Amino acid sequence: MSTVVEDLHTDVDANEHPIAPFLRMDRMPHIWCPTCGIGTVVKCFASALEQTRVDLDKVSIVSGIGCTGRVAGYMKLDAFHATHGRAIPFATGLKLGRPELLVTVFSGDGDLSGIGGNHLIHAARRNLDILCVLVNNFIYGMTGGQNAPTTPVGARSSTMPFGNFEHPFNLVHLAASCGAPYVARWTSLHIRRLTKTFAEALNRKGFRFIEVIAPCSTLYARLNKLGSGLDLMRFYHDNAEIRHGADTRDAAIDFQGRILCGKFVDVEKPTFTDLMHEHYEKTLGDRYVPMKPEGGWIHE
Amino acid sequence: MKADPQGVLTGVHYLDGDFACGEGAMAAGCRFVAGYPITPSTEVVERIARRFPMMGGTFIQMEDELASMAAVVGAAWTGTKTMTVTSGPGFSLMMENIGLGAMMETPCVVVNVQRGGPSTGLPTMVGQADMMQARWGSHGDYELIALCPRSPQEAFDFTVDAFNLAETYRVPVLVMMDECVGHMTEKVVIPPADEIDIVPRKLTSKPPGEFLPYETNGSPVPEFARAGDGYRFHTTGLTHDERGYPEMSAECQEKTVRRLIEKIRSKADEITRFVELDTEGADVVVVSYGITSRVARMGVELARKKGVKVGVMRLEIVWPFPETRIRELAKKVKAFVVPEINYGQIVLEVERCAGGQAAAVLVPHGGGGVHDPEDIANAILGAAK
Repeated sequence: MSTVVEDLHTDVDANEHPIAPFLRMDRMPHIWCPTCGIGTVVKCFASALEQTRVDLDKVSIVSGIGCTGRVAGYMKLDAFHATHGRAIPFATGLKLGRPELLVTVFSGDGDLSGIGGNHLIHAARRNLDILCVLVNNFIYGMTGGQNAPTTPVGARSSTMPFGNFEHPFNLVHLAASCGAPYVARWTSLHIRRLTKTFAEALNRKGFRFIEVIAPCSTLYARLNKLGSGLDLMRFYHDNAEIRHGADTRDAAIDFQGRILCGKFVDVEKPTFTDLMHEHYEKTLGDRYVPMKPEGGWIHE
Repeated sequence: MKADPQGVLTGVHYLDGDFACGEGAMAAGCRFVAGYPITPSTEVVERIARRFPMMGGTFIQMEDELASMAAVVGAAWTGTKTMTVTSGPGFSLMMENIGLGAMMETPCVVVNVQRGGPSTGLPTMVGQADMMQARWGSHGDYELIALCPRSPQEAFDFTVDAFNLAETYRVPVLVMMDECVGHMTEKVVIPPADEIDIVPRKLTSKPPGEFLPYETNGSPVPEFARAGDGYRFHTTGLTHDERGYPEMSAECQEKTVRRLIEKIRSKADEITRFVELDTEGADVVVVSYGITSRVARMGVELARKKGVKVGVMRLEIVWPFPETRIRELAKKVKAFVVPEINYGQIVLEVERCAGGQAAAVLVPHGGGGVHDPEDIANAILGAAK
């Protein structure tokens, strides 16, 4: 068991990594490969938690299965490592069961848009109050490099050994089309902007969808002869185009093509819970008893 | 503790089993339900959706049964009592997260109003063919609890029991109704709130720094911390140690699985529940559950008129199975007759427990209706020879 830091927002030991208090250091080393982008995304997220000074006791994090699916397990928050693809519905239960929680989902492209795609579109449609971070490395990493719903046409994967011929998802467009009020995309190179986006999104309501393009040098880059992790970062540097407010229809990602980044959607929109309260207050009046912020639990 | 009066519709009612089940859930303190429409179970959530806004409960119709079950497991971690309701095809989809519930040791209730299968089968007509799926449906080894009401009154009572058992043992508890019971309308007495016993979520008394989510300290059921109380715990569907951290080893697997099994198996005699009638001195005992236990009564009467000494054992809690009692009876009777609306499920368990000391005779029915009592009587007569 790790030592419990009373206030994670206080200055940390100079010898300690600044985000160590946000992590389960007793679980280090993590399982991610050298040059994997997921750790960078976690660093940005932890920095955003620190900057925003949200009440960490009220933050829950849910992951599904896969490389990014391990994020919940490393964050020192109430953390749930759920079944493959089901992080969003699990998080839905947490949020509706105790409405005061700040519920975050952290998972990969295969988990959230493949096996869990149905949940993604419905959570966006309902505008559930969930912050959803999707790390997209264009491939199923943990199982060994199989084709994903995000694999660009022409890219190789272990199950598309002659190159992928399926149309991939444009995930930011998918989320925006389904009604998500906050949609952004960065790469794991954009640590300052990504951190800023996380911090902003932590203070927004509704289904906030943040896609982060991240290198998988062990599988995606190796199978496609794209070089090292550093080469991929250089590629992001040269090929990421920042255009806030861009039409998400223009944000599709071709194999080794331009990666459109930025904040594409940021609108105010009532959440599922807002609409539920408003509707029941209107239709039921005084008879309506909303669930308490601390949940519908019954205790002695 | 006693029930929250907000959820208890005290009085004498004329309700079908589905509505009674919904009332049982609300009386038991359930305040979060996620579900997906499926015949013949939908009336349960329709009832709840209509009444929840007046008692601080939230119902959400999810996009499918995978999501419904995942949401129910997630919400249970807030301390709120949770339930989902389905029938065969949805039950199959829920298996994934019933396993997660078992592995994370999550108290929750799943109602299956059984219809004819396999696949889409007979959506509007009765079946009892999900009994083995209830026991073994999710992959891997685990134990849970399953109740079988035979009337709308029992649909109410057993649903309350299901929530209490879920809290006591930290497992998903299944209410295995059937279409006949779900759609049968009868008198249902809902007692005053102060006459309904409720098992509340037992939260750990340890401070965050000392709490380990799967530490048992000799008790087979670990203490619970809910999300949002500052424990910053971790839980996973992976094999885990006392900290709730993944540990990929045969030793940890053995420890984890053994405890999941033993917390129910070692208490099986306390948990399991059945009603016996005239088993003393009987030559044949009819073992049945759900709607079939009501149909079987007439078969028993017919056989008695022909001079057979017939006892009745009606199972109220089917899983864990009343192994000890079947073993005892097997030493005294010639045979067990097991009518069920399937092609042989609970009869296999009876046969296993009888261990060759008494015969176990199946009276099968493919579903879509109930048995002809004559068929049950004939099976009893044949078994008594």
